[in-house]
Amino acid sequence: MRSPLSPVLSINGLVKDVGPLAGLDGKMLRVVSDVSLTAERGQVTALLGPNGAGKTTTLECAQGLQKRTGGTISLLGADPATAGAGLRSRVGVMLQDGGLPPSARPLPLLRHIAGLYADPWPVDDLVERLAIDTFSRTGVRRLSGGQKQRLALAAALVGRPEVLFLDEPSAGLDPQSRALVFNLITELRDSGMGIILTTHLMDDAQRLADYVYIIDGGRNVAEGTVQQLLAREPGVDSGTGSGGHVRTLVFDARPGLDLSGVLPEGAVVVETRAGSYSVTGVLRPGHLAALASWWEANDVMPAAMSLQARSLEDVFLDISGKDIR
Amino acid sequence: MNGTAGAAADSTSGSSLAGVSAGRQQPAPLLRRVLLQGRYEALTMLRNGEQLILAVVLPLLALVGLTVTPFLDGLGSSRVNVAVPGILALCAMSTAFTGQGIATGFDRRYGVLRFLSTTPLGRGGLIAGKVLSVMAVLCLQVAVVSAVAAALGWRPEAAGWLPGLVLLFLGAAAFTSLGLLVAGTVRPEATLAITNLLWILLGALGGIVIPADRLPAAAQSVVHFLPSGALGESLRTAFLGGALNGGAAVILVLWTAIAGAAAIRWFKWN
Repeated sequence: MRSPLSPVLSINGLVKDVGPLAGLDGKMLRVVSDVSLTAERGQVTALLGPNGAGKTTTLECAQGLQKRTGGTISLLGADPATAGAGLRSRVGVMLQDGGLPPSARPLPLLRHIAGLYADPWPVDDLVERLAIDTFSRTGVRRLSGGQKQRLALAAALVGRPEVLFLDEPSAGLDPQSRALVFNLITELRDSGMGIILTTHLMDDAQRLADYVYIIDGGRNVAEGTVQQLLAREPGVDSGTGSGGHVRTLVFDARPGLDLSGVLPEGAVVVETRAGSYSVTGVLRPGHLAALASWWEANDVMPAAMSLQARSLEDVFLDISGKDIR
Repeated sequence: MNGTAGAAADSTSGSSLAGVSAGRQQPAPLLRRVLLQGRYEALTMLRNGEQLILAVVLPLLALVGLTVTPFLDGLGSSRVNVAVPGILALCAMSTAFTGQGIATGFDRRYGVLRFLSTTPLGRGGLIAGKVLSVMAVLCLQVAVVSAVAAALGWRPEAAGWLPGLVLLFLGAAAFTSLGLLVAGTVRPEATLAITNLLWILLGALGGIVIPADRLPAAAQSVVHFLPSGALGESLRTAFLGGALNGGAAVILVLWTAIAGAAAIRWFKWN
């Protein structure tokens, strides 16, 4: 776990049991067994993990919505489990399910929430920034998924928080709304807000996150900047790789080529389907030269060829596995 | 880090990030937060057509029905004088138990309770706001029912107003606790079914509108200990006789305390 100078959120050894559950003969179920993370001001910290990894539980403990079983949490220097309105006024939360009453209308709802703070974000400005003005008097139950997301983000921001929790902020957003929301998140980050993001969309995390924690089975399994995680070699459980980015060279040629021993160490060749080959590893010019020499010697001319950078999604699947949860 | 952040904020256009400014955010004063929430919840309740029917229309229909039929003959100086205390008790049950329970159950389903818990309002402020909204709507109900009843010839004992109103709000507290207990422990669909069913059962057979004396003998001993029976009986004692029914008041206090403690213990916010 990194050690920032002024973390807005610091979680150490979080443990959370739920139950007792009838399905477990009345026993408790441990849903988070050891999660630690820190989030800094002026950064987007992403918490990633497959379904059931413990992301939402971790965040809800950090927000004071659930009581932890063990470990410590410091949110802006206070324990969220016991802190009062003073701490809550400095923290904004956008819940995964929005938390908006279906019968409410956006503008009165935002004005009501703004009234709970001493110095709220001017509602008219916020409504304009998130393009809520076009549906400000439409009932929440009649809004599209993307409109609800923007309203939920506005509700989280209206208190001008120092720390912002975003749970799946781009779910249901069309490309235009996504760009609008991402630009705002980036501006807020640059203005010094500490943002904690959870998402299933790896593109979002790759684009927004300054630092990433991946958890699985209720514990940390990897962490680092996006660049550090992209540098991990496939199959490596920890660490940040041996330098250089993992890339994949994909080419199509005649089926059944025997490429064993052709490439220098560090690259793995797989014929993914008849005539399609994938070379993955920290590829260097020597790998490309060796492959080109072999093609020339064996009179092979690829029909198509592309070099692809490894994505955060590749890293995530490598770490958390490809089994459906 | 803060200094850097502040400089970055200054470098962006002022209007574009009006939400981010120097200085630590503070919550609005506690009283203001609770009053705002109470007003918001009360207006939401009054704008809901189904809630209005439950809170105002059905009690008024019951009042007129009991005034023009002989069910309450022989229990007081006039049918309307006997009917109104029970109708006021019915209003308290409608708003505090059925209306509030259903609204809270669905707020829980939609994550509204969780979201508001993360704001300066908090869980305590949220509950206080709900109680305040029940009291505000109940005041409105008392005004409307009293006005209609007066037109129908209601002449309550002057000395009964103080104990009557105190017991009415005590009954509302008991029903609010019961409504929150149901809403916080079962699914909203079940809350809808339970609170509506109990509204009908307690309204008809719980001693709230029809005095226990007019119910089957087997039911009478039980009805006295129900919150509906205690509230109906104590309001009739107050408005018909100008007296305080101490036993019924104790029963209402016990229901409030027990249901409130159970709600605190078992209410699930998620």
